[in-house]
Order: sequence, then structure tokens, then C-alpha cells
Amino acid sequence: MTPGPASLLAAQVRAGERSAQEVVQRHLDALARIDPELHAFVTVLEDQALAAAAAVDTVVAAGRDPGPLAGVPVAVKDNMCTRGVRTTCSSRILEHWHPPYDATVVERLAAAGAVVIGKTNLDEFAMGSSTENSAFGPTRNPHDPSRVPGGSSGGSAAAVAAGLAPLGLGSDTGGSIRQPAALCGVVGMKPTYGTVSRYGLVAFASSLDQIGPFARTVSDAALLFDVIGGHDPMDSTSLDRPPPRTASVTGDGVDGCRVGVVRELYEDAEPAVRAAVSAAAESLARVGAVIEECSIPEVRHALPAYYLLAPAEASSNLARYDGVRYGLRVDAPDVESMNAATRAAGFGAEVKRRVMLGTYALSAGYYDAYYGQAQKVRTLIIDAFKRAYEQVDALLGATTPTTAFAIGDRVQDPWAMYLSDVFSVPSNLSGDPAVSVPFGSDDAGLPIGVQVLAPALGEPMVVRVGAVLEAAAPTLGQPRLADRALLAGSWEPS
Amino acid sequence: MTGAEGQSATLSGYEPVIGLEVHCELRTETKLFCGCRNAFGDEPNTNVCPVCLGLPGSLPVLNSKAVELAMRIGLALHCEIRPSTFHRKNYFYPDMPKDYQISQYDEPINVGGFLELPDEYRVGIVRAHLEEDTGKTTHIGGGGRIHDAEYALVDYNRAGVPLVEIVSAPDLRSAAQARTYVAELRSILVATDASDGRMEEGSMRVDANVSVRRTGSAELGTRCEIKNLNSLRSLVRAIEYEASRQVGVLESGEAVVQQTRHWDEEAGHTVALRSKEEAFDYRYFPEPDLVPVSPDQAWQTDVAAALPPLPAERRARLRQLLVTPGTPTTAAQEDQIATVVEHGLDDLVTSAAEDGVAPTLALARTANEASADPDRARQLDRRAYGALLQMEERGRVTATQAKAVLAELLERGGDPLDIARRRGFEALGADSLAGAVADVVGAHPGEWERYRDGEDKLAQFFIGQVMKVTKGKADGKAVVAELQRLRG
Repeated sequence: MTPGPASLLAAQVRAGERSAQEVVQRHLDALARIDPELHAFVTVLEDQALAAAAAVDTVVAAGRDPGPLAGVPVAVKDNMCTRGVRTTCSSRILEHWHPPYDATVVERLAAAGAVVIGKTNLDEFAMGSSTENSAFGPTRNPHDPSRVPGGSSGGSAAAVAAGLAPLGLGSDTGGSIRQPAALCGVVGMKPTYGTVSRYGLVAFASSLDQIGPFARTVSDAALLFDVIGGHDPMDSTSLDRPPPRTASVTGDGVDGCRVGVVRELYEDAEPAVRAAVSAAAESLARVGAVIEECSIPEVRHALPAYYLLAPAEASSNLARYDGVRYGLRVDAPDVESMNAATRAAGFGAEVKRRVMLGTYALSAGYYDAYYGQAQKVRTLIIDAFKRAYEQVDALLGATTPTTAFAIGDRVQDPWAMYLSDVFSVPSNLSGDPAVSVPFGSDDAGLPIGVQVLAPALGEPMVVRVGAVLEAAAPTLGQPRLADRALLAGSWEPS
Repeated sequence: MTGAEGQSATLSGYEPVIGLEVHCELRTETKLFCGCRNAFGDEPNTNVCPVCLGLPGSLPVLNSKAVELAMRIGLALHCEIRPSTFHRKNYFYPDMPKDYQISQYDEPINVGGFLELPDEYRVGIVRAHLEEDTGKTTHIGGGGRIHDAEYALVDYNRAGVPLVEIVSAPDLRSAAQARTYVAELRSILVATDASDGRMEEGSMRVDANVSVRRTGSAELGTRCEIKNLNSLRSLVRAIEYEASRQVGVLESGEAVVQQTRHWDEEAGHTVALRSKEEAFDYRYFPEPDLVPVSPDQAWQTDVAAALPPLPAERRARLRQLLVTPGTPTTAAQEDQIATVVEHGLDDLVTSAAEDGVAPTLALARTANEASADPDRARQLDRRAYGALLQMEERGRVTATQAKAVLAELLERGGDPLDIARRRGFEALGADSLAGAVADVVGAHPGEWERYRDGEDKLAQFFIGQVMKVTKGKADGKAVVAELQRLRG
């Protein structure tokens, strides 16, 4: 199978054919030209990135191993801590906050020779599905700048789609990697809960948050997953076992694999998306997979359960932004008024909505009816997936019900916005891995993503199925807002 | 004991029902969820890191030493150790870095035990669970209280220090009994090396739930929770005050309102902080950043095996040492035993007894030291201490001289025999003593006549006079014996 741009660049840098500094500079140049309109980045790390690249080149020159991602630029969602570099969560409340430490994933990137070129835009505290809830303005979809890139990891998805970085990191709480990957026409994977450390990921909903890769190919996504995964003693929910390896099995094919096409994960989607799922299933069948229609009715209750559990955890996770220790402070005569004034000024509307929703769901007298009930639904969904996986090796569905919608379309209607996550949320509740792979486009040329799900630690299975789909997928049109030369694998700016 | 007596007058017809919640800081090297030092009195905000400051993105990792100490406490209180989980207790307060406290809620590590008081009365233990401490706020300016202060300084060194909260059943029936319970609990915490139990440093903090009911009634009255009890004295005074306040309320035909009340040590009364309706809604929910703690049987067995002898057992050992079969210990001796064990000085008594000192003397002297300065007494060399008590018992030094030697031993250490020699201490020989007594009797004929006629208390006068002429080298008991011999 064809290697992705990240593995190609890393191979060139490792072989000394191209310097890491050259690679990074080339991407920074593209970023400088394209990002003013795209707005994928909140902070660009020009100096730090070039310094890190120089360090990689020194290692190469010394004949030592610079790591599997040597010199590869990575766009990191701005809710992962970077030592000394502001980490805003696209919120006014953390606009000027500089963490004194690196997230574990950031350390692992550096150890692998990767270079963080910037921190990318997101819906404030990862709450949203369009990246419009950023305090610093929306990110645009590279395929149609009047449309959203999806969210909340819209910045990383758009950066990878536009060629500004071959790899990106996102976080997925209810679909925040897979949904923007689908809308931007790139690969996005949500790993099994506990396979990638959350240490240094600013928490939205701790029992659902999981960091994962964006890439332009399945094999590149697998490469990045292998770098960031693995046990971390700093995260108690990190699985204390070797993570599954994926890069080495990406090309293994699906001959004999049983794949269930889940009715509830596509039937309410728009026609072009449904057609893509059917075509994807057929393409798997052609190379030997056994396709079964299946139904998991419990999945229909995932979205309401999610919109109680995630806000409940968020209401607690976001309590610490009180103006006392760091971040924004709006002064007031006493501490309670200072807390209130700081939070009123520092949080956007969607964050406030979810904090209130979650506070209510946990309140005395309502806990059992809301939070407690939602936990029971979560258990039912976990059990339902387990039963499904007794019959099949993987599940197939759509990633999102629609392709990218216009900026401003859904901001006044939270429920319509929440429905963007209806197919992605179940995997967060179950904790299982899922990948979104581009599979053609609609009449307007907007990318469609199909989703592959597998049981816990089934990352090897999702990348195998994903790679087959990638190979069979109809060609996607070039994004309008992109460095097309970098996308095409050539070096000179177009 | 005066408290209990005073109370029975004011509470006639009623009895107080008391349950205590005791928070104790665990003696771990590091905090509950991070590697920062757990130390009292360091420069403010020096023992902090992203985790205990609650910085965005940081995550807690449970300190297994804290779990072990919690298990020790549980085992010492005869609790059952259970698989347990952590919850978040949500409320805003500036000294709480995350604006929630990680605590155990409906699945605590220790449940259902008891604590046996020195008089063998058993107080039920409902639970003893793990949680993290908060930082410490100092209000500057105004009256030092939160609402009139000009500004506040927060020290997060204490934030994340491991605590165990020990919740008793409402089994205590007087302020004095509550005091005994806390003293006994402190001995257990110290004995197990789980906590240093220092109320004055805040490493042990007590809240009291107090209600009253008609004597003989089995129902529980409406309770109030009393906070800010910083010493055993406060505990006793606050409970006594609160019980009589509630009796007053009931006697005037009103109902006690369930409240949290603050003990004002200076004013000597409790004031309402908030009622049940105004109570915080803590919105407890399972802490998603931590996994359940389920100590397996092997771990529990190891901890149980390493548990040192507990105060009740140690008191029994002292009693055994003291008593000839059939004769019970006196009330005074029971007090001495309790004091010695509470302060962890029973080793001094047993080792002196092993050296041949009469256990009654060893106990009495050690109880004295325990009341005076237990921390220093713990540093005493056992052999030297035993040797000194032997010297006293054999009449080689007087009781007064022995005290002086002990003071020097506590101060500088050394060999008691050398110290006594250097100071010129020696008890008078029998002849010299008899001579001195005869001289004093001759010099005070009036007093002698009255003594001879049965006025026994004049013995003290003669002892004083003999001490004066012998420069303290006479033994008081020997003087009395000589006086009685002369009286015939």
C-alpha cells in the first residue's frame, strides 16, 4: 500500500535526504499563506518548531535514531498542554494561560521526533460540532470556506486537510475527531478509552475524552496512534498493558472479516451519506469481507444520555476556572462575585449552557432521574455493543448525518447542532475505538466520511477495514483552500 | 469530669446524644494524588505541582501508602475493609484548587467498626473514608473573617494532603465521654503511625453532631453540627453549651432546627452558620479520573500483620503487670494507665518493671511525665529511667532528688547514678536520719506534743523541717516511719 505523507517525510528526514528544518519551514510558509483565511490555528509556533527541527537534524547528523516521526509537523488541538506555550481551549478564560508542563502526548510526539508547528482552533473547551464556538472566531472548511470544518477539533482537521500539517491531534468526547475528519475529508481515529494518556488534555468530560490522530491516510493515522498510545502512570484510567500496534497491520486486508452494517448508524442520514455507506459495504464485500445488516436499537438513546453525562462531568471539570489561581480574573468586591463575574465574562454561551445543564443533572432530587438514568443507558449501550461483537468483527456506519453545513446555520439551534454527533457518540459511551475514513462526496463536492467501529482494543481491526475503504473510495476533489502542492506530495509551492 | 457533673444539673430530664466526625491527616511522605511533600509548616506554596494546584489537564494518581494507612485505621477500629470508589464533592471555595474535593462517598474503604473506650464502652464506627485536604486561607484585614477581610492569602501546601474522616455512630452520651473518645482515637492514630493526631496543628479536626432527648427515650432528636472545635477543651465546652441550648429550646416549647453551628471559643457559645435548607448541594458523582480501590486479601493480611499493639491491648497489659490476681486496679491507677497509654509511654513502665522496679511506682512516675511533657519523655533512655526508679525505690535517692535527676536526664541524658553523685545526692543513712528527726523533734516541743496526741497532719511539718536540716537528703517516707516509731 502507498505510504502517507507523514511516513514519507519521516523517511526522508531519517535518511538525511531532506532536513527537518526544511520540512518545517515549508509547512510554516504554507501556513502563513493559507491560515489567515482558513483560521485553523490559534497559536503558530514558528521559533519553537524550527528549533525542534534543528534538534532533530542534529540527531540525524550524529547518526542516532531521530524517531519514527522525525521532522514531521503536527498540528495540536489547543486543549493539550504545551509547556510555556499558551493553551487556550479557544476560551477567553484561558486566553493568556501558559501551562508549566507538557501533556503526555506532546512529550511522546517530541520523543518520536515530531515537531509541533502550532496549536489549533476548537469549539471552546471542545464543546461543539462546528468550531464556531471558539472565542477567537470560526475555522473554515478547506473544501468550501463558507462552511464549517466540523468540531470540536475543527482546527486540526482543517489544517491536515489543507496540507498545513501531515498529522494532527484532536480529542474526541462525542465525535470531536471523527465528525470534523468526515466533514474535511481526512482520516480521524478515536482510540479505545485508556489507550492514549489524557494527562495534560484539558478535561471536558473525563469519562469520554480520548485523544486521537488526524491524518490524510489510514497508515499515517496508525503511525501517529502507535507513537502516542501506551500506558502512562500519570493517568489512572490509562490501561496498564501494551497498546495494540496498528501501523504494521494496516495492509492486512479484510478477507474473511465479518462486518455488520448498523441500521441506526446510517438510516437517518441524508441520501448521499446513506449511498456512501452502501458503497463502502459493497467495496468490503468485494475483497472478501462478510457483510451483515444489523441493528443495535439501544444506540438511539445514546445522544440524550451523552448530553446529560458529558455536561454533568463538564460542570465539575470547569468549576476550577474561578479567577483565583490562573486565567482571566474580573475583579469584584468579594470572592463569590469575583467568581461569578469571571465566569460570566470568560465563558461563551455554549459552555454556560452545558455547565448549567450538567449542574442541574447532578442536583439533589434530579440526580437519579438524569445522571443516574443516563449512566444506566450507558451500561445498556456497552452491553449492546458487546452482544453485537459476538457476531461480527467490526461495525460500519456513517460518521455524520450530513456533510459540512454553512457557517452560522446551526448556531441558533443547539439541538440541531447536537444531532451532528448522533452517529459518533455511541463509541464514546462504549469506550470502543472507531475511525472515520473519507468515502466520496455529495453533489456539492463536500466530503463524506464512513465510520468503522470495533470492540475495545480493536484498533488493528479498524485500521485494516479503514485502509480497504480508503483504497476503494471514490477520488475526492481538491480542497479550495489548501497548499495543493503539499497535498499532491510535491515540494514547490503551487 | 466536672463537665459531666455540671451538665447533669442543667440537663435534668434530658440526655445528650453525640456523634463525632474526626478528620485526621495521614502521615505519608507525599500527598494523596501527587508526589508533592506532605509537610506542615513549610514556606507557603512550595509543596505544589500541577496536580495539587488543579491546573487544567492535570490528573490525580492515588498514593497507595495513604490507602495502607487508611486500612490500618480501619483495622484498628475493627472495620470491614471494602472495595471502594471516589466521588467528587462540588462546591466553590478559593482554597480548593479544583472547586471540588475528591472524597469517598457511598463506597468508603472502611465500614462498620467500633472503638472501645478505656472503660470498655463501645462506640460504633460508621465509616472511615479517604479524602483530600484543602488549602489554607488566611483573611487579612477587617476582623479576619471572610466577609469583612480586605484580602485573603491562600497556601496550597495542604491542598491534596491525605485525610481519613472517621464517623462515629451517635453513641456518645456526654461531653466527657466525647473527650475520652477523641483522646482514645488519637492514641490509636498515633499507635498505628497513621497520623500524628495534633489538634493544635490541625492534623486532627473534630466536628460534633449533637442532639438531646428525654432520658430513657430511644428516639433521636434533631441534631446540630458543631464546627471549629480546635482542642479537647473546645470540644467539651461546645458540646455542653450546645446540649443545654437545645434543652432550653425544647423547654420553651420550641423545636430544635437542624443547623450547622460555629463554636466561638472566646464568647463560649455556638452560632448558627446555615440551616438544612441552606445546606450546600454538593452534587456528588463518581470521580471519572480515578479507578476503584479494592485492596485484595493478601494486602489486607499484610497490613493487619504489621499492626502494632493497640491502646486497649496495651492498657490490659499494664493492668496485668500491676495487679495481683483478684484485686482490681484503683481508679487512680486506671487514670494513670490511660494517661501513659494515650501518650505512648507504656514501654517505659514495662521496661522499668522488667528491671525490677515496683510496677505501681513505675506507673505513677511515668503518668506524671506523660501529663507534664510526653514528647520529651518519649526520648528517655529506658535503661537510665529504670535505673533511676530503682535508686529511688531502694532509698538511695529521695523522691525529690529523683525528680531533679530525671529533669537532668530529660534535658541532657546521661547515667542517673553519675548525675546523683555529681549533685551530691544520696539518701541519708538510717542513723543520720534518726538523729536529724530527733533534733527536729527536740527543737519543736509544742508541735511534737500535738503530733503525739494524734494530729497526724503535723507529719508534713516535721518532714519539711527534716528536709531543711538535711538539705533535702531525707526520704519523706522514712521520716514518717521514724516519727511513728518515736510516737510508739
